[in-house]
Amino acid sequence: MQIDWFPLWLSLRVAAISTLISLVFGLWLAWLLTQRDFRGRNVLDAGVTLPFVLPPTVLGYYLLVLLGRNSPIGQMYEWLFGQPLVFTWQAAVVAAIVHSAPLLVLSARAAFESVDHTYERAARTLGASEWRVFRSVTLPLAWRPILAATAVAFARSLGDFGVTIMIAGNIPGRTQTVAVAIYDAVEAGNGALARTLVVIVSAVALLILSVANRTAGVYPKSRQAAR
Amino acid sequence: MISVRIRKRYAPARESAGFVLDVEFQSTAGITVLFGPSGSGKTLTLDSIAGFVRPDEGRILLEDSILFDGAAKIHLPPQARRCGYVFQNYALFPHMTIRENLAFAADRIPRLERHRRVNEMLERFRLTEFAGRRPHEVSGGQKQRCSIARALIVEPRVLLLDEPATGLDAPLRQELYSILRQVRQEFKIPILMVTHDLDECFALGDEMLILRMGKIVQSGLPARVVEQPANADVAKLLGIYNLLPVEIRALDPGRNSSRYRYGNHELAGPYFPGRLLGDRVLLCVRPDQLRAVACEDVRPMNAIPARLVRVEERHSSVRLEFSDNVTVDMPREEFERQKHTKEWMIQFPISGVRVL
Repeated sequence: MQIDWFPLWLSLRVAAISTLISLVFGLWLAWLLTQRDFRGRNVLDAGVTLPFVLPPTVLGYYLLVLLGRNSPIGQMYEWLFGQPLVFTWQAAVVAAIVHSAPLLVLSARAAFESVDHTYERAARTLGASEWRVFRSVTLPLAWRPILAATAVAFARSLGDFGVTIMIAGNIPGRTQTVAVAIYDAVEAGNGALARTLVVIVSAVALLILSVANRTAGVYPKSRQAAR
Repeated sequence: MISVRIRKRYAPARESAGFVLDVEFQSTAGITVLFGPSGSGKTLTLDSIAGFVRPDEGRILLEDSILFDGAAKIHLPPQARRCGYVFQNYALFPHMTIRENLAFAADRIPRLERHRRVNEMLERFRLTEFAGRRPHEVSGGQKQRCSIARALIVEPRVLLLDEPATGLDAPLRQELYSILRQVRQEFKIPILMVTHDLDECFALGDEMLILRMGKIVQSGLPARVVEQPANADVAKLLGIYNLLPVEIRALDPGRNSSRYRYGNHELAGPYFPGRLLGDRVLLCVRPDQLRAVACEDVRPMNAIPARLVRVEERHSSVRLEFSDNVTVDMPREEFERQKHTKEWMIQFPISGVRVL
């Protein structure tokens, strides 16, 4: 049987890029949310959690409207890069970010909040800027759960189906990710291909989760040591 | 010098009563102890000075700079205040070595100078040997020295300590005291220390501020405060007195004497200035000022009978608790001689007692 490996590679690439972007963006958002009250904090908080509860097709629809060829953002993108965003593999990256970033934000936020604030206070009295407090104190003390969450976010990006099919479509060899390819294979009655991909995706996910659990599991030590 | 005048109001919430912090004090070089029960606003005062808490109104002046001014809306961030803060659990960064903890604080010092300065502090606080270890790999005393060294390396203009001796055993406590005395001598800055340990006030305090429910109720030299508590509340806070309800029956300024009634007994005391006949007041007398004696053939002077309720062994003396909450401290040998006494009398001193 000839297996087309393209969807798997595409998914891995999309997951890697989207996880990287989610990480930077997610850490920033999480840090913002742990700061003292500012106007619009609750709205931001709800906005971050929304992708968890909305059906993927609804999210996909919003993105289609927001990033489509007639939208300002879509036109801006087209002007910058010379091609539309929707129905390209880059759109699959956007879909994966929307799918995985909220998880990262929530985990990172919990991780930041679990750091004893006395350390941050101490750093401030020693003259460290807020950025330095974050970089040298908060982040190093919270990196384990964040790393674990990043791994889970990567696994989650691999598996997005709904949002991807809405804004990236199902173009074999161009935007067909592994989740979409499995659906396609089942529809076409290609059981062998579907089985192979399902086994591979499950194995990758399992591997990532076990790594994530191990990373997070050692965490409590670093806090106890502080006493 | 630091001068503090702040007010901060916390509205009552569902699970907490309201609280108003309203303090005003100044302190110069030397150790000022903030003494009071938990919830009296000691730590809140420190946190306001350090910049973690923003008071509603008032002003905090450190040397010639304004850290906070309610009217002018000035509230410097902690970074800009140069207040050294030693936290209760030291707050050493657990992911850095002792040396890195100091170097973190010395970040603003020019590179060449920084290394020398860190080494100098490590040397001074006897940490050189452990410089490469993480906080969880060193002893409590070393952690404590490191946290003080870290706070001092930035050359703060005031040093704030939040119950630094809590959870330390006696030898470490003594070590801390000697370090702080050394700091007092070498760094000419005000040191504000929060504590609820009266012995600590005596060991270190050049000045003592007593806080109760957000207010300073008395201030002065520790010895002076203990000798003359300003009112019954302060006396209760200090927790070292017998406070007995008495009624004044006679006052004679000429002979410096008085008579007062306690229960069904009339006793003699010194003249109480500013009091009137018939005043119902609290007699304030330390347990070591009272004497417990056996009631034998000769009735002791100025004494009342009492029933022994409880005996508590202490390191240097024995504390006897009698009925009506009267406590008496007695040297151990004396108690050994008298411990079979059935009927006790408590003898009150003619002088040295106060009424509040």
